[in-house]
Amino acid sequence: MRTHHLPIQGATCQGCANKIRTALGAVPGADDIQVDLAEQQVTVHGDAEPEALSRALAESGYGAEPAEEPAEQPQPEPAAGDGESAGGDIQLSITGATCASCVRSIETALGGVPGVRDASMNLADHSARVSGQAAPRDLIRAVESAGYGASVIDDPRRADQEREEREQAHYRQLLRHTGYGLGVGAPLMLWGLLGGSMTVQPGTWSQAAWLAVGLITLAVLALPGRPFFVGAWKALRHHNANMDTLIALGTGTAWLYSMVVVLAPGLVPEAARHVYFEASAMIIGLISLGLALEVRARGKTSAAVKRLLDLRAKTARVLRDGGEQDIPVEQVVAGDRVRVRPGEKIAVDGEVEEGSSRLDESMLTGEPMPVAKGPGDSVAAGTLNEGGTLIYRATRVGADTALARIIELVKKAQGTKPPIGRLADQVSAVFVPTIMLIAVAAALVWFNVGPQPPFSHMMVAATTVLIIACPCALGLATPMSVMVGVGKAAEYGILIRQGEALQTAADLDTVVLDKTGTITEGRPALTRVLAADGGTEDEILTLAASLEAGSEHPLAQAIMTAAEERGLSPRPVSDFQALNGKGVSARLDGATLRLGNRRWLEQEGVTLALDDQAADLSKDAATPLFLARDDRVIGVLGVADRIKTDAAEAIRRLRERGLRVIMITGDIQASADAIARQAGVDEVLAEVLPEDKAREVKRLQQDGARVAMVGDGINDAPALAQADVGFAIGTGTDVAIESAAITLMSGSLHGVADAMAISQATLGNIKQNLFGAFVYNSLGVPVAAGLLYPFTGWLLSPVIAGAAMSLSSVTVVSNANRLRFFKPNKADRRTADGSNES
Amino acid sequence: MIWLINLSGLALMALIVWWFWLSGAGKARRATHGAVDIIVDDGVYEPAVIESNAGEPLSLRFERRDASPCAEQVVFHGLDVSEYLPVGETTTVTLTPEQPGTYRFTCQMNMYQGKLIVH
Repeated sequence: MRTHHLPIQGATCQGCANKIRTALGAVPGADDIQVDLAEQQVTVHGDAEPEALSRALAESGYGAEPAEEPAEQPQPEPAAGDGESAGGDIQLSITGATCASCVRSIETALGGVPGVRDASMNLADHSARVSGQAAPRDLIRAVESAGYGASVIDDPRRADQEREEREQAHYRQLLRHTGYGLGVGAPLMLWGLLGGSMTVQPGTWSQAAWLAVGLITLAVLALPGRPFFVGAWKALRHHNANMDTLIALGTGTAWLYSMVVVLAPGLVPEAARHVYFEASAMIIGLISLGLALEVRARGKTSAAVKRLLDLRAKTARVLRDGGEQDIPVEQVVAGDRVRVRPGEKIAVDGEVEEGSSRLDESMLTGEPMPVAKGPGDSVAAGTLNEGGTLIYRATRVGADTALARIIELVKKAQGTKPPIGRLADQVSAVFVPTIMLIAVAAALVWFNVGPQPPFSHMMVAATTVLIIACPCALGLATPMSVMVGVGKAAEYGILIRQGEALQTAADLDTVVLDKTGTITEGRPALTRVLAADGGTEDEILTLAASLEAGSEHPLAQAIMTAAEERGLSPRPVSDFQALNGKGVSARLDGATLRLGNRRWLEQEGVTLALDDQAADLSKDAATPLFLARDDRVIGVLGVADRIKTDAAEAIRRLRERGLRVIMITGDIQASADAIARQAGVDEVLAEVLPEDKAREVKRLQQDGARVAMVGDGINDAPALAQADVGFAIGTGTDVAIESAAITLMSGSLHGVADAMAISQATLGNIKQNLFGAFVYNSLGVPVAAGLLYPFTGWLLSPVIAGAAMSLSSVTVVSNANRLRFFKPNKADRRTADGSNES
Repeated sequence: MIWLINLSGLALMALIVWWFWLSGAGKARRATHGAVDIIVDDGVYEPAVIESNAGEPLSLRFERRDASPCAEQVVFHGLDVSEYLPVGETTTVTLTPEQPGTYRFTCQMNMYQGKLIVH
């Protein structure tokens, strides 16, 4: 008889231990097998060969040899996988896996099958996804030889369903626990309230009756109360203390004291022979009820991310090999051509190749109007096709799509905390041990200077302090509101990068708006056509378009777009010439046509016309382009970078919020003033070089202003970074603009006002929560300790403490949920009304 | 008797202070091959102390068994990383801490507490 000690690794649960026992038990001569999970070692008694044992252990997936842990290491591609296109993923349903390390051994087993490129197992829905070229039956055999069962499944959506069911099950379990706790506690409490005796008379029937009640209460503590005790114990071993610690200590103390009274009444003075079983049971019930309500309410706080996750399409109709096939969206690769029919979602980011349609992008940008799309336009995953059929080429898939990055950003921001929450963080980190100290101290004070009987008063004071203290309310106050606030902002197409921005954005007094692309469209458009000598506008525009058809200048684009909108088609010209900074010329119908600026035509000896009207155009910030046939000007076209349709309205909203609105631009003063008049800003900073924008922002800050800078995120990056809060104004899908704390996905300036309104509402909500949580704890704990007793004779019952505690965290979560109904526009309108009335 | 109870009360308080604040926390687990499995259950991360080296990519595989919403999110303070942990699933958090130091990782409300020590 020999003894072998073999190192194991990755075994973390009894399921793994069983697997190891089974694997080693099959080795001849292995008689007694002991698995020590703590030491990660297995001890085998018997005459088995050590090599055979090691081999069996290695096959089980728990061997400690380095070769057994390749799951996380980058594996060289197996030869079979080289050069092969991605085969279809295979989903396997796995049975018998109970813990994280089972996952690893299954992944290792699957990874060893030739042709498997990647294998990952999901313990939640007991499924494994295998990509590569392996045959399903080989995969199943590999899993089975590792000691588990496997079968092929087809429905990847089951995971979601099962997860929801699991959450529901948790909720129902909490409700059941509530039922047990209150079912035992309430009748006992009623008995006490109705004048029944809650004390133990030794040697009478009451002792036996209370013993029975005590055992029933123990069942409540051991079953519905089990999670608290297990949690408290585990935390204690880690030198850690949490809410479970407080509840376990509180209910445990009450029960232990009562049991001492029942079993050994002699130890306790007669007046103190009171039992508190009802408190233990009621507290377990009430806290479980609180947790159940919290689960419900918290589900709603993450609704924004769930809504974004739901935008993901499940399948895509891909045109491959001359046919069309619906494939899971995960298998779409960049370069695939995808067809999307009316009413369907765009599956991945791409560029339209054929067809035209309108897309509802509101879920991403908050912009309610559908956007027209045609060949060359980009489309974003998650948006809804409202019109015709489109065929687009996939450009970004998987985690690279704008939607995936938005989800990532929102999730990240939801985990960050504005500085206002830091105090609560510091407090909650030391909260529980402090409460324990207060509980012991309170008990000692009652013992030394309290009234008779000291023991029961000590017990009540300590238990009540432990139970009433609520670290949850404190810990939840900030994150819950941030979560709802950031999610709310995302609903309006506003991406907040940091929780900190929520706090800063709520407290701004100056907004600096970049002109081009922020207040204006950022691309010139035709504003007016003037014809001389009895010509018509359409004639002038047709000629201008014929001239510009070969040009790629932004001004030319403006003319071409306008001609197209009016249904005018350009005519073919000859001898086309583009003169940089001057204009273009060409020949048509035997005449020389020129289109360009005034100075150039003058130099060419052209007779000018319409000069006064052209000067008017300049005053409205439009650039006049003169059209000449041979040596006479026959028309003038005004081209301007128009202000966005809702810019003036949005700026009015900002000013109504009491903000000083400043426009910053490189334009000359005159044209800057013209735009400023239309937009209705307070001040203009004109002729500012791009690199000086950051300096201007800094100058404002030095004058004591708290400045928001709104710009395009690329040219304005330094200014955005310098500002207290940088707003990058995006165009739909540019989500990851690093220089800005806040990204507005729609081009509308309303986003700035919306973001500020949401930030203010969120900050207000956090303040309410923090105030509530601090006041609750700093009033509740002293009252529970009996501070009011010397003055009023009040001593809180532990049951009331339990009710107050579970109510307090539910209140915090519910208050945060109120934010979900916040409407930024409405809030502004209300301020606007208010200012009108006053 | 009176002295005994008072003394044991004070001793208990001293024990609380010592255990939760003064004595060292749980044993550290060094990241092996840049990956660590962490079980999220019953109010604690297991293991709760992770060691790693600066500049090395680290995969932390969080297996959330606790269905209570407290465990829903893990936040790495000072690293700008947070992740949702769906119940019953293993969620891999990948990060590369560049600066040596001690980073706390907690649930949203600081009840679950862990430490990432970067050398």
